[in-house]
Amino acid sequence: MFYREAGQFKTSYDADLAIFPIRQDLIGVALIVAVAFIAVPLLATPYVITGILIPFLILSLAALGLNILTGYAGQLSLGTAAFMAVGAFASYNFILRIPGMPILAAFVAGGIVAALVGVVFGLPSLRIRGFYLAVATLAAQFFILWLLTKVGWISNYSSSGVITAQQIVILGYAFTTPEAKYLLILSIVFIMALAAKNLARSNVGRSWMAVRDMDVAAEVIGIRLMPAKLLAFAVSSFYCGVAGALFAFAYLGTVEPEAFSLDLSFRILFMVIIGGVGTVLGSFLGSAFVVLLPVLLSITVRYLDSNLGLRIPQSMISNLELMLFGGFIIFFLIVEPHGLARLWQIAKEKLRLWPFPH
Amino acid sequence: MQFFFEVLIGGLLSGVMYSLVALGFVLIYKASGVFNFAQSAMVFFAALTYVGLLEVGLSPWAALPATLAVMIVLALLIERVVLRPLVNQPQITLFMATIGLTFFIEGLAQMMWGANVRGLDLGVQDEPIQWLTDNAGINVSKFDLLAAGVAAVLVTALALFFNRTRIGRALRAVADDHQAALAVGIPLKQIWAIVWSVAGAVALVAGLLWGARNGVQYALTFVALKALPVLILGGFDSVPGAIVGGLIIGASEKLAEVYLGPYVGGGIEGWFPYVLALAFLLVRPEGLFGEKIIRRI
Amino acid sequence: MRAITSALLGIALLVAAGGVAAQNEQFIPVLSYRVGPYAAGGSGYYGGAIDYWTLVNLTGGINGVKLKWEECETEYNPSKGVECYERLKKKYGGATTVEPLSTGIAYGLFDRVAQDKIPMTTFGYGLASSADGRVYDWVFPLGTTYWDQMAAMIAYLSQKEGGAEKLKGKKIAFLYHESAYGKEPIPVLDAMAAKLGFETLKIPVAPPGQTQESQWLQIRQAKPDYVIVWTYGVMSTVALKTAAKVGYPKDRLLGVWWAGSEEDVVPAGDAAKGYVSASFTASGTNFPVMQDIKTKVYGAGKGNLEDKSRLGNVMYTRGVVYGMILVEALRVAQAQFGKGKVMTPEQLRWGFEHLNLTEARIKEIGAAGLFPPIKTSCSDHEGSGMVKFQQWDGTGFKQVTPFMAGDRATVRKMVEETAGKYATEKKIALRDCTKDY
Repeated sequence: MFYREAGQFKTSYDADLAIFPIRQDLIGVALIVAVAFIAVPLLATPYVITGILIPFLILSLAALGLNILTGYAGQLSLGTAAFMAVGAFASYNFILRIPGMPILAAFVAGGIVAALVGVVFGLPSLRIRGFYLAVATLAAQFFILWLLTKVGWISNYSSSGVITAQQIVILGYAFTTPEAKYLLILSIVFIMALAAKNLARSNVGRSWMAVRDMDVAAEVIGIRLMPAKLLAFAVSSFYCGVAGALFAFAYLGTVEPEAFSLDLSFRILFMVIIGGVGTVLGSFLGSAFVVLLPVLLSITVRYLDSNLGLRIPQSMISNLELMLFGGFIIFFLIVEPHGLARLWQIAKEKLRLWPFPH
Repeated sequence: MQFFFEVLIGGLLSGVMYSLVALGFVLIYKASGVFNFAQSAMVFFAALTYVGLLEVGLSPWAALPATLAVMIVLALLIERVVLRPLVNQPQITLFMATIGLTFFIEGLAQMMWGANVRGLDLGVQDEPIQWLTDNAGINVSKFDLLAAGVAAVLVTALALFFNRTRIGRALRAVADDHQAALAVGIPLKQIWAIVWSVAGAVALVAGLLWGARNGVQYALTFVALKALPVLILGGFDSVPGAIVGGLIIGASEKLAEVYLGPYVGGGIEGWFPYVLALAFLLVRPEGLFGEKIIRRI
Repeated sequence: MRAITSALLGIALLVAAGGVAAQNEQFIPVLSYRVGPYAAGGSGYYGGAIDYWTLVNLTGGINGVKLKWEECETEYNPSKGVECYERLKKKYGGATTVEPLSTGIAYGLFDRVAQDKIPMTTFGYGLASSADGRVYDWVFPLGTTYWDQMAAMIAYLSQKEGGAEKLKGKKIAFLYHESAYGKEPIPVLDAMAAKLGFETLKIPVAPPGQTQESQWLQIRQAKPDYVIVWTYGVMSTVALKTAAKVGYPKDRLLGVWWAGSEEDVVPAGDAAKGYVSASFTASGTNFPVMQDIKTKVYGAGKGNLEDKSRLGNVMYTRGVVYGMILVEALRVAQAQFGKGKVMTPEQLRWGFEHLNLTEARIKEIGAAGLFPPIKTSCSDHEGSGMVKFQQWDGTGFKQVTPFMAGDRATVRKMVEETAGKYATEKKIALRDCTKDY
């Protein structure tokens, strides 16, 4: 009844090509963005901002990067965390060694370094595909972490290979409060998500999807595989690099290479799969799922424990959280293998008919 | 020269240990096209159940079949609850489901048996064979030889199973093409149940050997990370590939650490097998013995 | 979907809004890990701390103030650790201190505890240079840091050889976990090598370190006089077993304290007999406080350990000692700011900074010989620097040396240098320690 396109006519090509052609979609998204920018910093507790929203945003940026690579270009990668690490350490070095370098430029530069590294490790994709490529990207994951721990110059010769990220100061304003960091991260993520969405709709995005679906056919119709695949790796690693820089600068503060372990790569891959492969919305939904679910499980189990007086031993609670997390992943994959984004799409389609049954 | 042989033999023998884990992966991939990341959790669960039952008071001869039974039940449950609903989904979805399964099994194992680290004694000590040490100056551990022997027996048994028995033929048919297999009347569900049970048994063997070697603890789940390069090198669906791949990875990893490591500061064992496997893949994109994937437009 | 997400956020907001503080309760968040590769040690450690606090609560609290704690599973993961900290820091009237028992999580919390003004302890691990309290005013690496431990290890080896001069010309191999944890003591090792004239051979092991043939064959070829084993988790067990496999004598192995607990030596079986490791606490049940815990806490069925046989294990006693030091710091703070009152984090920080646990006081609380005297100050947040060495004989750890320290002067110089570098990099002004905060 409310969600329909009847009566919305497009009078220009530009209007027709808009990201949200249905006005209700546009209003909905605008509302959410407004809430995120205005209401959340004012109303949310510092815990929600620092403990939930900031990691949610940073990891959704990384998930976006992986989605570009795996969802749009079809190249399975398990080295996401390593590219994040490259971005973090590179940004740190740029600020350290170039006096007066603006922080945002350092983030971009770190992302570019990550992109170059991504291209190098993406070269095997020209010959290898599927799971073999996934396991080959593990080579990137392990090698890069080894390099970051081994080469003292990268961590400024700190005795343990740990870097302490510099303070974020943009145009003289220091981003120290959680709200300030949140708004900075939100702006960066917003702009990059918009860029990703447009990239997906463009020539480049279509060539990626062609490569994903059937690369032999894509080559036959004239899409050059090498530039397409390597560009996918480059853009994806750029996103992951920026996410890694934000992870180090605006979230953890002091970071060692192990913070970017294989475990993180798997978490980001979860986000992509559960959220919906090949969709921008999916990255956000998946990130929300993976970030929120353990927290909710922990809070719920503890609440039940203390209020129902069950006296469950703590180790059982911890193991239960782990089991439920695994169980939920399996459950969601069975219920909707195409991810939460698909569930949302189905909901929208049903919404078009509402309140009529068909 | 002697040192070189020692490193080589040590590498080959540890490679055999990797192959044992890789075999489980291969079995399941061969029969159902699923890359079962939960294999390492199954190894952990099997080892933990065995020592748990020993602690409760069963004798080793009773605990072994009991653990085997538990593994078979677990395998059947996995096939029924996780895989059957996900039939025909893309590989990546199934892979993710097995990762979710990994968390579940790890949590279950530690909830049932606790987080204590336990030793496992299989009766064979991890010490050098005196005769060899005295005469040839080379240290070869008795335990490693036992593992190699067990692996040889296992591989022979599996090869015979796949090639000579009716069920083995049915498994290969299912691996080739599910629908065609269904069309000729092969009961898919039963086959999968059998495959997962066999994989569970292989996990038990691997769990016992690794547990005896390193202690039964959570870190057993990390042996999968060593088995993956073996799989890439040998091919995901080849049993001889798992063994050959294991030997190559084990030997090269140790030799590289000893001879190349000092030039770059050491610690290269973590990534060297992967880079080596990657190099192999560039020449043979499906692994040494893997089935060549023919794609048609 | 968005509705569901926002509803869930709402619940999170609500529930995380904080529990109500009961009167006279001191809240301590416990960032624990009971799953994952380090769960074995972790569950012992937290069991020990919680058991001691239960004992204190059962015997009247700290001048009437009872302790309240809540656990949060971090899985040894920095992001989860940070989330747990953020979730718990405002509950029950506010967290008074935090002890993450993980270097990675501690790093993630460094800036936050300074901003939130909550003292963080890194008991026996963490960044060695944080011992300089003039730079790191909210971080307390109590007991002994890795640098002091390495210095003490060299002192022990000198003792074994018959004097520090005898180490000249010897070869000491350093087998380490390839991570921040493993690399941390290398500067001190190098400094001692330069000072005393021994050769070092550094051999990294890529985590998790399940197969170490190549490392130990290299060691066997190089034939060092001693091997310092600086590993963690399964790497320790595998190191011991592989050392036996290549025939390296066990009594020439010296382990760091995170590689010297029952979880490491029991699975190694015979290969670990005779292995010496460092420790900053003693172990066993032969102490009055341990007996108290056994009778009063476990007797009443309030014990935290699921497996009671672990009472007295190395990790368990470490946890008990941490619990004791925390309680003592609260006592010191209460003596200054008001007996019987709940302490604020700033007051507890003062308490941590003015700890003076003498032998006499340690005896009073029933822990004579369990840990060495600790005396902190504004500039020294470490307080002890002492280590003792224990040997595994197949059934238990036996003390081989009393608590001893190494070349603390050299280490302190390095600490101040590194902390100073950090201070200039981050533009932090050094605190003036002549004033009393």
